[in-house]
Amino acid sequence: MMQRFQYDNKIVNAFLMATIIFGIVGMLVGLIAALQMIIPWMNAAEWFTFGRLRPLHTNAVIFAFVGNGIFAGVYYSLQRLLKARMFSDGLSWLHFWGWQLIIVSAAITLPLGITSGKEYAELEWPIDIAITLIWVVFGINMFGTIIKRRERHLYVAIWFYIATWVTVAMLHIVNSMAMPVSLFKGYSMYAGVQDALVQWWYGHNAVAFFLTTPYLGLMYYFMPKAANRPVYSYKLSIIHFWALIFIYIWAGPHHLLYTSLPEWTQTLGIVFSIMLIAPSWGGMLNGLLTLRGAWDRVREDPVLKFMVVAVTAYGMSTLEGPLMSTKILNSISHFTDWTIAHVHVGGLGWNGFLTFGIIYWMLPRLFGTKLYSVKLANVHFWIGTLGIVFYAIPLYFAGFTQSLMWKQFTPDGYLVYKNFLDTLLQIKYAYWLRALGGTLYLSGALVMVYNVIMTVRAGKLIVNEDAEAPALDKAEVITDGGYWHRWIERRPVQMLVVSFVLVAIGGAIEMVPTFLIKSNVPTIASVKPYTPLELHGRDMYIREGCYTCHSQMIRPFRSETVRYGEYSKAGEFVYDHPFQWGSKRTGPDLAREGGKRPDSWHYYHMYDPTSTSDGSLMPPYRAMYTNLIPLDIIPAKIRAMQNLGVPYAEGFDELAVGDLQQQAAGIAANLKENGIDADPNTEIIALIAYLQRLGTDISRDAGASTVGQVNP
Amino acid sequence: MLKFIKHHMTSIIGIEIWPILGFLLFFTFFLGMLWYVLTFTRRHVAHMEQIPFNDNGTTPLDSPVH
Repeated sequence: MMQRFQYDNKIVNAFLMATIIFGIVGMLVGLIAALQMIIPWMNAAEWFTFGRLRPLHTNAVIFAFVGNGIFAGVYYSLQRLLKARMFSDGLSWLHFWGWQLIIVSAAITLPLGITSGKEYAELEWPIDIAITLIWVVFGINMFGTIIKRRERHLYVAIWFYIATWVTVAMLHIVNSMAMPVSLFKGYSMYAGVQDALVQWWYGHNAVAFFLTTPYLGLMYYFMPKAANRPVYSYKLSIIHFWALIFIYIWAGPHHLLYTSLPEWTQTLGIVFSIMLIAPSWGGMLNGLLTLRGAWDRVREDPVLKFMVVAVTAYGMSTLEGPLMSTKILNSISHFTDWTIAHVHVGGLGWNGFLTFGIIYWMLPRLFGTKLYSVKLANVHFWIGTLGIVFYAIPLYFAGFTQSLMWKQFTPDGYLVYKNFLDTLLQIKYAYWLRALGGTLYLSGALVMVYNVIMTVRAGKLIVNEDAEAPALDKAEVITDGGYWHRWIERRPVQMLVVSFVLVAIGGAIEMVPTFLIKSNVPTIASVKPYTPLELHGRDMYIREGCYTCHSQMIRPFRSETVRYGEYSKAGEFVYDHPFQWGSKRTGPDLAREGGKRPDSWHYYHMYDPTSTSDGSLMPPYRAMYTNLIPLDIIPAKIRAMQNLGVPYAEGFDELAVGDLQQQAAGIAANLKENGIDADPNTEIIALIAYLQRLGTDISRDAGASTVGQVNP
Repeated sequence: MLKFIKHHMTSIIGIEIWPILGFLLFFTFFLGMLWYVLTFTRRHVAHMEQIPFNDNGTTPLDSPVH
């Protein structure tokens, strides 16, 4: 018996348009941030500095551009693969507007400096809760559709969508756990090494389950459609799926090689990263071989061109990633622009180009017309490809150059480039070329915008597309396949549970021992909690996104201990909610900054970095010289920290403000001696207090007490 | 919340079994998966890979880009 129904194209179109709009915004912010790195005056206002715009760029391209791209592709393909309209139009629109609202709130809060300070998870706790709710709405809508489907078997793309949903939910909730201080401020539930492990388990798997698995699902749907031939090997796609989701989840610690993370965790991360090459390349080959016998069409069809480059970029970055996870290459690549080049081959190539391919394929079908100009789509393709090349290659040179300069010694055993800035200015040319690459890529996207507008104007949105299919016969006896085929493939809920168990095992085995075994994070008796002033200064450090350019992690290399001091120990970070190890050194490491320079140096440096460091590319932070420390929130901060287990003495929250003012007065007096008349109530004093504390604890006598410090 | 877990469970007895357990889980899972995929029938694969083309919608299949 045939049933008539309609596919909902309106929601697909809404997500598609949001993808395009936020894609342009995200790329534009990226380009501005790239220029800010070479033109310091472009850090024009307090809310317009690199440290605040960089998180906006990453969040915009990941969650707004790619996020909306995922939803557009999923809402289109899911309905058709299941022969059913989405479960609920109401939920579809709630999902759409909820997600856009989250994006807008991110775009407002991040430039205001409202941030959790955890990379790719910067949004503060109220927005995190909103993300969770909207993600649940998406899940209900997806599973509702799966339940009312008219196709018994779930095509492999849907497997990828299910794994995406369940894993992103788990990652987001576990990593975002925070102790609220106020509506706009919370502290990560985890500290130091544990926070780092959770964060990079999240960060790595956000790449895996937000930028990769959903896009692989889209690849398995849209590539066969665009090539008009089935996937090369369906069996391989199943192996690809299970192997990928099972292995990916373990690899997070490769972001923390040579850090204070326990050695065994690092090794686990390396082993699984190497193994990842197999499923990743299996998937890439499966995608490329889908074009078997259709390669002649790649020459003329821009959709296929975009897809071929996308899948190739996927293959390149998934080979490069495991290589960067080996200790030898990681010792060179980590903290340098190599990482930036790597993620942009993935971001611009894989995510960007697959999105463009899908847009060019889907748009004419949604509007019942032809693409306005195939020629312009080809122009977009070539400008975009050139953009990727100009983006990535100079940064590879920059990464290698800078890393080798950091490590270079004279025959007498001294660092050749003692001044960090020399190594940065050496690669400034690469930053210019990268900005050129970004400009090209953005220009290509703008050509697409014109093409999209003209196509939309030529056609009319087919709001509801008629379709008909027989109802699913619940009693039908399936003869092919064994018991397990039926058990898994026809039962989405079991599928969800199995995927969850698989990804949870990897996370648990990595994290549980690090959390529970004391010997994994040896405590250091002389490491004490921050004073209230330092704690507030630390919040300034987080607010300004200092971690986007400065690391706080000295690796056990001679080149680093000579330059920065004693290598970092796990026990030094036990009160760091959140950790601030960073992932990129555009400026020097700050883990042992405390006591290296006088207070006055920092005072002048933050006001005008070039006054102390000639040619510095750091933005000035002048607002901190007039902004006053909000004393009313200090007790709440201490209480939040106490709740997280930081051993401030009972009732210290009441004494905190006095303690803060006493320490601030001391710093102001010290500045006065150097002829600086500073207001002790301004934010800069707190920041100086924090910077002067960094890394000093291990050289202090364990019995000694710092200013205002109450021993546990 | 976390401090209670952190400060009261400071060791796991028999942690040595952890990596062995990990390996066994890993290995059996992959054997199972391989067995599962290898038992696919030709008919089943043919059905599965055609699903994207059987959406019964009204949009013609051939690409309007051309």
